[in-house]
Amino acid sequence: MTTVLESLNAALHAALQADPRVHLLGEDILDPYGGAFKVTRGLSTRFPDRVLSTPISESAIVGMATGMALRGLRPVAELMFGDFVTLAADQLINHAAKFRWMYNDQVRVPLVLRAPMGGRRGYGPTHSQSLEKHFLGVPGLTVLAPNNLTSPGALLQNAIADEDPVLFVEHKLLYLLPVLEGTEDSLRDWQLTLSTPDPYPVVTLRFAGADTASLTLVTYGYNAELAREAALRLAYEHEIFAEIVVFSQLAPFHLAPLYQSLRRTRRLLTVEEGTFSLGWGAEVAARAAQEIPGCKIARVAAQDLPIANSKTLEDGILPSVDSILQAALRP
Amino acid sequence: MDDTYDLYKTMLTIRRFEERALQEFATGKLFGTTHAYIGQEADAAGIFSLLGAEDVVWSNHRCHGHFLAYGGDPYRLAAELMGRQTGLVGGRGGSQHIHWKNFYTNGIQGGFTPIAAGVALAEKVKKTGNVCLAFIGDGTLGEGALYESLNLASLWQLPVLYVLEDNRFAQTTPTPSAVAGSMTARFAAFGISTWELESSDVMQVQATARAALQHVRNTHPAALILHTYRFAAHSKGDDTRDKETIAVLRERFDPLQIHASRLSASQTQQAEAEVGTLIQDAFTRALADPFPTLAP
Repeated sequence: MTTVLESLNAALHAALQADPRVHLLGEDILDPYGGAFKVTRGLSTRFPDRVLSTPISESAIVGMATGMALRGLRPVAELMFGDFVTLAADQLINHAAKFRWMYNDQVRVPLVLRAPMGGRRGYGPTHSQSLEKHFLGVPGLTVLAPNNLTSPGALLQNAIADEDPVLFVEHKLLYLLPVLEGTEDSLRDWQLTLSTPDPYPVVTLRFAGADTASLTLVTYGYNAELAREAALRLAYEHEIFAEIVVFSQLAPFHLAPLYQSLRRTRRLLTVEEGTFSLGWGAEVAARAAQEIPGCKIARVAAQDLPIANSKTLEDGILPSVDSILQAALRP
Repeated sequence: MDDTYDLYKTMLTIRRFEERALQEFATGKLFGTTHAYIGQEADAAGIFSLLGAEDVVWSNHRCHGHFLAYGGDPYRLAAELMGRQTGLVGGRGGSQHIHWKNFYTNGIQGGFTPIAAGVALAEKVKKTGNVCLAFIGDGTLGEGALYESLNLASLWQLPVLYVLEDNRFAQTTPTPSAVAGSMTARFAAFGISTWELESSDVMQVQATARAALQHVRNTHPAALILHTYRFAAHSKGDDTRDKETIAVLRERFDPLQIHASRLSASQTQQAEAEVGTLIQDAFTRALADPFPTLAP
């Protein structure tokens, strides 16, 4: 069994091993600490010249990575917490993401910015958020989120190979989960379809041997786990069969596999951990409404509140299996 | 090599280009905005006379002078200002957002200062010996990104030269109203060696820049603080400053007049003739070029 953390760590080892242009930079990423979430563990020992420990300077980390990328290197930068991406927003929006188009396609900026996001660990209002929605729809920026259905490490390696900037959003609760790809036991209830060949695959899960599904859950990242559990309960407790479409590319929006599912189910429920208003699900819903006329649409997301520290409050603010069930059962 | 004439011609090219650009705004042939470099020409001419072809430059909203001193084609720049397909970036960037060879500009104050450090890191890693220049202004001293990059440039001893052109006004705000403490102490606090000059004489700028660049070529960051004067408005016509005061400054600190004393009358006439043709051709050609279309 490989965890998501091990998969990502192995991918960074492989990328540094394979390509001398790859450089890592971030805060506290050196051994023996190896990064706040240990994704960079072992790398500075093996590649001391190419793993750079930075001061607490998120703007400069992303700016430096942009300069390095412009001049032929392959930087992979880490934000200690994804919440700090706001400190680098100008670098992403007005610099890294803009340069290719603004300079008339004469430059490319192949950088990856890794950002651990998400709550449910009691870190409170500034260390628990899913801020990726603010970076969706930024022209020139690809936003990715690994899940544990397919290899997170492969996704990261494809991101590093991308010629354009990538914001790579890792939900913290994924790190210790096993990667399920190739472990049929864990997915025995499900028939898994992948959009291939696709560097950033979309997974469609359909209930094995079930009647026609009447609902499509669409989600990304860790919340695919919640969607899976909710779908199992819908099936066993309510005899409602759902398909689950799990995206690893959040932006730009390429939703074809979702539309395929919706043509079967004609009912959409978006699930995300970012706040409700103007989120990923809102854009997905709007596009689905245009593409699939008559499709019923609902959204589950975090409440439009900062994320509380106390577990009872945090649980109420973030989406849950129960809130997905409630939304799915609403007539 | 005696580059007295070349320095003059570079400065004159910038002056005549900027004058023409401002003029074309009045005729409606240019739209958007432009930030004229008139008065600061000695800085660009002096510094760029020392750069190698592979050195990298990051410039700001007031970038035309830097671009022309870099060796850029006034025709491609004029076309970009007029939004033509033949512009430096096909009309996508305009005055403040251009790229050509190893020359880049962007319109966000201070935003590219860490990028310049990243470029310098890449050149250091690749062992090219190239250096990176980042042109900032007194107004940029208000931006936090600058201090993050100064810290990193010094920590990692990156070959980057921060050129601070203090033209004494950030748009309409006089420097004393926006910059507390000392400019040089800002760099000194990070352990960055600093050269400072109060002059509009291109030969003095060149001499000072040479010393600073030598330090950077030995793989250390450096700062070059040039106190200068902007004779034109911040952008097109938004000058709130006293016209008489500007006229007096122009009388005393015009880099063209200062340097012209080193040339013969026939040399300055020759420069006027050459530059006049160059600028006229640039704008005439650019004006006839097609506008870009958006790919479907």
